[in-house]
Amino acid sequence: MLDIDNVTKTFSGFTAVSGVSLTVDKQQIAAVIGPNGAGKSTFFNLITGHLTPDTGAIRLNGRDITGIAPHKICGAGMGRSFQRTNIFPKLTVFENVQAAYLAHRGKGGNFWSAAERFYRAETEALLTSIGLWEQRESIGGIMSYGAQKQLELGLALASDPTLLLLDEPTAGMSAAETHDAIRLLERIAGERELTLLFTEHDMEVVFSIAQKIAVLHQGRKIAEGTPAEVRADPEVRRIYLGHH
Amino acid sequence: MSRRVPWTLIVLVLALTIPWFGSRYYTFLSTQIAILSLFAVSYNLLLGTTGLVSFGHAAYFGLGAYATGLLMKELQTPFLLALLAGGLLPAAFAALFGYFCVRLTKIYFSMLTLAFAQIVWAICFQWNEVTGGDQGISAIPYPELGWMSAIPGLGGFGTGDRFYIACLVLVILGIWILQRITNSPFGRMLTTIRENPERASFIGIDVRRYELAAFVISGGFAGMSGGLFGIFNRGVFADFMFWPKSAEVLIMTILGGMNHFWGPVVGTVLMVVLNQQITSYTEYWPLVLGTILLVLLFAFPGGLMGALEAGTKRLRGQKTGGGDA
Repeated sequence: MLDIDNVTKTFSGFTAVSGVSLTVDKQQIAAVIGPNGAGKSTFFNLITGHLTPDTGAIRLNGRDITGIAPHKICGAGMGRSFQRTNIFPKLTVFENVQAAYLAHRGKGGNFWSAAERFYRAETEALLTSIGLWEQRESIGGIMSYGAQKQLELGLALASDPTLLLLDEPTAGMSAAETHDAIRLLERIAGERELTLLFTEHDMEVVFSIAQKIAVLHQGRKIAEGTPAEVRADPEVRRIYLGHH
Repeated sequence: MSRRVPWTLIVLVLALTIPWFGSRYYTFLSTQIAILSLFAVSYNLLLGTTGLVSFGHAAYFGLGAYATGLLMKELQTPFLLALLAGGLLPAAFAALFGYFCVRLTKIYFSMLTLAFAQIVWAICFQWNEVTGGDQGISAIPYPELGWMSAIPGLGGFGTGDRFYIACLVLVILGIWILQRITNSPFGRMLTTIRENPERASFIGIDVRRYELAAFVISGGFAGMSGGLFGIFNRGVFADFMFWPKSAEVLIMTILGGMNHFWGPVVGTVLMVVLNQQITSYTEYWPLVLGTILLVLLFAFPGGLMGALEAGTKRLRGQKTGGGDA
């Protein structure tokens, strides 16, 4: 599914990600964890095309996507959410998701028809499935943080991804919101047969849904395995879980 | 549900009747407003819709004016053909300059649009053989619109009146096309770029390509507006593309409200009328105009249309609130 082979990224002498490899299988739920500054975000941005690795390769469904532009990676079947909520703040919830459908299905070259008539049924179905249909007329930017995160998930799902990358999907959420968000993610991933790769600092979340965990520390992968294996790993315990 | 008032239609019909009821002075003012409205609306495809601040939009306005003017004067090209060329030439230049501009973001984008515009201005100012240099091109002929007098009711019209009617029809057509584009899926993609370019690229939008397309369309319509203005002004001068002209269209658009499709038109009306009125009262008109603009911009940060929208919303809110009680 997703095959990351020995990627390295250096910023003016500082090696943020160093020779990291990771394979995520179809419909697997995988997590990348690590302390602050471990290189998680850089690692993520390498996968999504916002950064280009200095060395190494990234393949999605067998296709080499190393260093290609984000909009093309999106077309190749990868959806993503961002750590800081990333929606179209002045558009309504409905318009947000509708725009994502328009973009993904290549309607952007249409200069003449009324945009509002397209993909109404698809948008309704998607908003219903992520629990935002009631709020379809709300302006995205003034909704609650949790709802904006939900909407962001909707934007990612509108491009019919096979792989979903989530950067800290529960960051800044209350315990109740976190619980709901995780349940939603699990359900959506099951329904749509998605492969998930996410970063997260909340260990409870990670160990409750991840099937595979990779641990980054100072840009290197120091452990990888099932939650049980990672939990038992002495080095992980020493540098990371020991803080808890 | 209250029925929507067809404001656009009402204003258009009123605008069409001006030559019958108004004096020649009002026809003159209205022609200027119509032509500059197209300029401002074309500009707002970049500013309000795509979120790109161009400081050099006058370049395309001026290029269109030169193209149309030269074709009509030197080659006796038919009016509509010359006007079309006045759209195509600036669009081509917009494609060339835009290719570089959209590679930059924010203020860097703006500065590069300004730089290109100043280069074009400098060339037109110096190139005596073609553009007439600092003398410009004068005595551009009015289009042959005598056929209009065959239309019942238009018989008594002078050249200026007929040209006004032609401008109005063409400007309406241009603005209508721009409105279709703004509301199309393409336009919606531009809106997402304005709202959040990073996210836009990750719903699958090639941000630069869309920005470039908007730049070219905007430049083309600005050019046609310039073509009309050259004829109206009976001459084309390098001043048309000097930076204050770019600032003027920016101010008109913000003043009217860039978040509303008709905002730029409202801003144009206000700017042209203020300009005329104040000029006739005092020689210190730039000072007075500047002060008025400053006050308006502070009082209505969303532009006049923004204030109007907020106002009607509040009125409606009070009405329904009263009904509930």
